[in-house]
Amino acid sequence: MQPTPSTSNPLLRLWRNQESRGVIIQIITMAVVFALLAAIARNVVINLEAVGKEFSFGFLLWPAAYDIGFSPFLEYTNKSTHLRAGVVGLLNTLLIAFWGCILATLVGFILGIMRLSSNWLVSKISYVYVEFMRNVPILIHILAIYALVVTLLPPAKKALNVGADAFFLSNRGFYVPSPVFEGGATIVGVVLLISIALVYFFKRWARRVQDDTGKIYPVLWISLGILVALPGLAFIATGMPISWDVPVLKGFNFKGGMAIKPEFLALWLALSLYTACFIAEIVRAGILAVSHGQTEAAFALGLRPNRTLQLIIIPQALRIIIPPLCSQYLNLTKNSSLAIAIGYMDITATLGGISLMQTGKEMETMLIVMGVYLVISLLISSFMNWFNHRIKLTER
Amino acid sequence: MSDTSTNPRYAPGTHPDLPPPVRTTGIVGWIRANLLSSPLNVALTLLSIWFLWTILPPSIHWLFTGAIWTAVDRKECWALMDAPRDAACWAFIRGSFELFVYGWYPEPERWRVNLTFILFIAAIVGGLRENIPGKKYWLIFAAAYPFIAAWLLLGGFGLEPVGTNKLGGILLTLVVAVTGIAFSLPLGIALALGRRSNLPALRGVCVIFIEFIRGVPLITLLFVASTMLTYFLPPGSTFDLLMRVLIMVTLFASAYIAEVVRGGLQGLSSGQYEAADSLGLSYWKAHRLVILPQALKISIPGIVNTFIGSFKDSTLVLIIGMMDILGLGRARLNDPEWLGLAPELYIFISLFFFISCFSMSRYSLSLEKKLHTGH
Repeated sequence: MQPTPSTSNPLLRLWRNQESRGVIIQIITMAVVFALLAAIARNVVINLEAVGKEFSFGFLLWPAAYDIGFSPFLEYTNKSTHLRAGVVGLLNTLLIAFWGCILATLVGFILGIMRLSSNWLVSKISYVYVEFMRNVPILIHILAIYALVVTLLPPAKKALNVGADAFFLSNRGFYVPSPVFEGGATIVGVVLLISIALVYFFKRWARRVQDDTGKIYPVLWISLGILVALPGLAFIATGMPISWDVPVLKGFNFKGGMAIKPEFLALWLALSLYTACFIAEIVRAGILAVSHGQTEAAFALGLRPNRTLQLIIIPQALRIIIPPLCSQYLNLTKNSSLAIAIGYMDITATLGGISLMQTGKEMETMLIVMGVYLVISLLISSFMNWFNHRIKLTER
Repeated sequence: MSDTSTNPRYAPGTHPDLPPPVRTTGIVGWIRANLLSSPLNVALTLLSIWFLWTILPPSIHWLFTGAIWTAVDRKECWALMDAPRDAACWAFIRGSFELFVYGWYPEPERWRVNLTFILFIAAIVGGLRENIPGKKYWLIFAAAYPFIAAWLLLGGFGLEPVGTNKLGGILLTLVVAVTGIAFSLPLGIALALGRRSNLPALRGVCVIFIEFIRGVPLITLLFVASTMLTYFLPPGSTFDLLMRVLIMVTLFASAYIAEVVRGGLQGLSSGQYEAADSLGLSYWKAHRLVILPQALKISIPGIVNTFIGSFKDSTLVLIIGMMDILGLGRARLNDPEWLGLAPELYIFISLFFFISCFSMSRYSLSLEKKLHTGH
């Protein structure tokens, strides 16, 4: 067969060469992307000018002029700035994400282990619950739980006494005692920190001893002992400087104590119960993925069943469980932006919601809100990569 | 022991097989093995039975036996019950059912919506069934379906035009979800190929796009669509809100699809790429004939999961004021005749999503089993 004569057209020859074709494609890609960005930037400038707005972040220092009902960390009034409103929102996002991750992990592990139970009923109850919850959108969970909390719970006057005349459940929120710190409380706090440090070093030491000699200390019980005994002794020695402020019904509402708002309660429960179902599946898959040979080998070595679980199964299962677990945490954090549907003031609701409407600064507020979520995502995923790298199986 | 004397004596090795002990087979054996195998298990079984006993009878009464199915308003519902609010008032759902399905679609044109639903089922069945005659034409039909549906629903070209603000309820939910699903797959595959490309500029653009979309919540993208997307367009051009939302939902889903497909591409052994190269196949031929068929097969569970996610995420349009099934239902809750029937509404909508999403995930499981060619 005659080889096809190479074309004399130099441009076509450039295209036929793999390397130069790559360069051409990249140049075209970049040209298209930049042209698109330039067109968007130009349109934005023209459009903003047409409606008489300018692009600046100066609005962040204007007074926000709206109330935020839930600001546990920062002082906030409606005379505060939009910047402060944004920070309050961010703290609220982080707060719900933190507590949500904790409850979701707890419920998720329980459900996952229930699913693996050899008891048919227990396993099926977990299965039905998980399949139902995860196939219904999170927004419906949030709205439905909120509706339940607000309509089914009694008003504050007839609040349900949940326990010990100190915990009350009403449609204004969940009232719990709040701690009151007096002078000596700092000493107790310092002692608590010291005992945490002690536990950390004790654990490392016990680990080394186990690696060297095979002798296993009851780390959990000794750690718990240190954590309870030392601060407890300090607490008594400094004359019990921490007391509880118990909520008391006065008129139509409770005075004292701490109120967990119904918005927070509903969002917290919905986010964690929904995410827990995905975590349950991850936990189940992780434990099942540890090959049965590992258990048998451990038994053959004479390890008792709970030692097998502790030393053989859990470390290997965690290696599989933790990366998808982190991405569930990330999902929970992003889903917390749905708070806006029930009026919990997270960053999407403050800066991306009311501030946006009041100032008309769509561009700037959305840039900040998206930037914040991007930073949170990047932080969580870089932690995940670091952790993955640390626990990676060293293959030889 | 006295029995043995009456039994005939067998020579060693000739005794007929005895049936297994009653306690290890049949229902009794099953119960012993699955419910009562250890003291802990007995306790768990008792606990579960107590749990079901406290939950199930009131639920069944509330949902079915005590429920009222026909009434004109909530007052009549409550009058018909043993005690007001004692059970569900499904009359609310029945009375609003047409509104929930069609939204405000004009009454005389509703046959078009019905036809769209029927064609939707035909496209799904035809596109997914393996041994169906004329498979090729079914696939073409399934690919063309979104455009046919758009024409049927919105009109033009011989049909009465219907504004997008008339769409609502389950119809709008399906429009948002199916559009997102249909257009995100090709876009996601393209992004995944871009991310795997060895051209740094192309790869960089794809990585930035994917990571940006995956890093922000969908709700912020919807806010962008509803408040500021018009700033990005040439002055004077207007853009329908539904259109803007559909674009955002598609972009959002495509980033997730891209990551799933990338996983599939990475899961393929490099021998496949090398074999395709050594056959002299070009990039596109290699991908069309060798790489993508295998990679997509591996990624089916992930793709279906993304579809389920995007179906569930379609409820988020309620936050920017669009009336999907959830938004419409909530608006209906403010109707004085049906005030405060939130539990009925949320149970109905949950059931709709549960049935849709659960059947999708079952389908994905069965497909996974069917396509599993490994050992």
